[in-house]
Amino acid sequence: MKHSFATCAAAVALALGASAVQAQSTEVPFYFPVAVGGPITKIIDQFATDFNKENPSIKVSPIYAGSYQDTIVKALTANKAGTPPVASVLLSTDTFTLIDEDAIVPIDNFVKTPEDKAWLGGFYKAFLLNGQIGGKTWGVPFQRSTVVLYWNKELFKEAGLDPNKAPQTWAEMTSMAQKLTRKDASGKVMQYGVQIPSSGFPYWLFQGLTTQNDVILANEAGTQTKFDDPKVIEALQYWVDLSKKYGVHPSGIVEWGTTPKDFMEKKVAMIWTTTGNLTNIRTNAKFDFGVAMLPAGKKRGSPTGGGNFFIFKKATPAQQEAAFKFAKWLTQPARAAQWGIDTGYVAVSPAAWDTPALKKYAAEFAPAAVARDQLQYAVAELSTHDNQRVTKAFNDGLQAALTGSKTAEAAMKDAQKEAERLLRSYK
Amino acid sequence: MNAQKQAHAWLLLLPALTLLVAFTHYPAIATLIDSFMSTPKPYRASVFVGIDNYAAMVDDPIFWQALRNNLWFALATIPLSVGLALAMALWVNGKIAGRGFLRMAYFTPTVLPMIAVANIWLFFYTPSYGLLEQIGNLFGLPSQNWLGDKATALGAITAVAIWKEAGFFMIFYLAALQGINPSLREAAAIEGASRWFFFRRVLWPLLMPTTIFVLVNAVINAFRMVDHVVVMTRGGPDNATTLLLYHLYEVGFKFWDQGYAAAVTVVLLAALATVALVQFFVLDRKAHY
Repeated sequence: MKHSFATCAAAVALALGASAVQAQSTEVPFYFPVAVGGPITKIIDQFATDFNKENPSIKVSPIYAGSYQDTIVKALTANKAGTPPVASVLLSTDTFTLIDEDAIVPIDNFVKTPEDKAWLGGFYKAFLLNGQIGGKTWGVPFQRSTVVLYWNKELFKEAGLDPNKAPQTWAEMTSMAQKLTRKDASGKVMQYGVQIPSSGFPYWLFQGLTTQNDVILANEAGTQTKFDDPKVIEALQYWVDLSKKYGVHPSGIVEWGTTPKDFMEKKVAMIWTTTGNLTNIRTNAKFDFGVAMLPAGKKRGSPTGGGNFFIFKKATPAQQEAAFKFAKWLTQPARAAQWGIDTGYVAVSPAAWDTPALKKYAAEFAPAAVARDQLQYAVAELSTHDNQRVTKAFNDGLQAALTGSKTAEAAMKDAQKEAERLLRSYK
Repeated sequence: MNAQKQAHAWLLLLPALTLLVAFTHYPAIATLIDSFMSTPKPYRASVFVGIDNYAAMVDDPIFWQALRNNLWFALATIPLSVGLALAMALWVNGKIAGRGFLRMAYFTPTVLPMIAVANIWLFFYTPSYGLLEQIGNLFGLPSQNWLGDKATALGAITAVAIWKEAGFFMIFYLAALQGINPSLREAAAIEGASRWFFFRRVLWPLLMPTTIFVLVNAVINAFRMVDHVVVMTRGGPDNATTLLLYHLYEVGFKFWDQGYAAAVTVVLLAALATVALVQFFVLDRKAHY
């Protein structure tokens, strides 16, 4: 007891001393989420340490805030309480919500020099889409991704398929998956052909299918959805058919979190997941695997995904400027390249892909470039006003169809009706 | 009582009173008021909307589903976890080998953090290679997606809650059993009473105060359950495992619909208060202290 009291006293003294030093520097509390496997917290902490060393007048303190979902809950709660973080990485799709809550400031406010303008213009256009609303750029791309297909080359070989060739179209994916699905003597499936996770945010993976079926789910103003479009229903029917009709996809809801593990355990031969899982799978898979663009339906396509860097309105101007400096620092080509190599996220600018480090990495490990190459087919991720709620209505519909409690058509019509009700007040 | 003594009494009460008002009564009343107001937005202040929020609740199918799910959840968890707790307590109260170890084993689920527990169970339930699947394989049972199927998801969540709660309630029963005078058992033995008779006519009535306490807790726990849901299913598939508090969390902290969330809270509070009152006034009469 005595000992712990002494420790406490020491800690308090230390904290007091530390805050006395910090008083001279600009504090930048920075919330970030972790959504993929790997030592993300360690990397971010290192970034902050390096940045603080280079900029002694600024003190960025990274705060791990949970999943994307937890992070926005924490950031908005803090905002309502009057003490939001100065900067945060949040889903790019939450931009409408953040604007509606009057929580963030546009990045354009800080872009003054030609150099800054060049920086903002340097990002991939596809990654800027979700952050640009009403002619302003509200968030800059940071940990961005697309959906890609991972395939197990060993299992392909065993099934008599060319291990170096991933499916190029929906039809090919179905027929390959049929060859890759293995059953035991009693008819129980030991290994599935393909798996598209459907827990948490099924809309995101499904948007791959809808984009390939040549339909965009919401308008740019975020006030109108097209969930009941026949092309959307058709895409959903294809997903449902993979398990119900062809039996090559696990039935019911497939967990997002255990999908990479299912792949590494060889329980499934092909999975759809974020390119952000690339480093995790590369480190842990004990077999040769490939990464490919998603197969084409009427065309190729994938939504972009992941998090943007936002600056909060309630911070002081000095803090905002400091956060802006940190954002620029984080997305410098060399650093963005390293971040991409360490995590699997797509480096956010063409300049980053021109750095020797990333060039070398992509040459040695071709899968790293797949998500970048897919960017030319990428569309903005589904995002509307009252985004969480509209998306939930959509997710519920998708899960209802996948679990068989509604037909694809009924599920999407219900989701559309609910979305229209929610978006009425924003038109 | 003179004025000085009165003042003294109030001063002694003050710390507890302050805490009670700040963290219980004031929030409850503020919530009640908020439930009649619209949700404040940056460009639109909160206004009085009467019973609009309650009317919206009546029209909200997810609210009704959450209520139904929660009732099923309560109906399953309360009797099963309390019954199991009593059985375990009776067992580890006797003179058996490895008693200390057994008691610890039963209590372990209670000490583990909920989130960690839920993550462990997530892998128990995983199709293809989860623990349940592997046990099922030994008996040649068909593959089952426990958390991904609307028919089994709520049951799967319920099982985790029972597993977790039973050990906690066992502690109370164990304490009560140890407080019972051993001469009663001796007297019953002399009279030649069977074990079942002894339990029914002596132990059970004597345990009644503990049972009431445990029941009140079980009801509260059944309605405040949220962490397992967040980790294991996030209310899915298609709201099959959405419980009231999870729905409340979504409305309040994902959709930021403060007015509506306040209305749901009021309903939840009212339901809990009713159950607690019934328990106190009806069951309490049957208890001998």
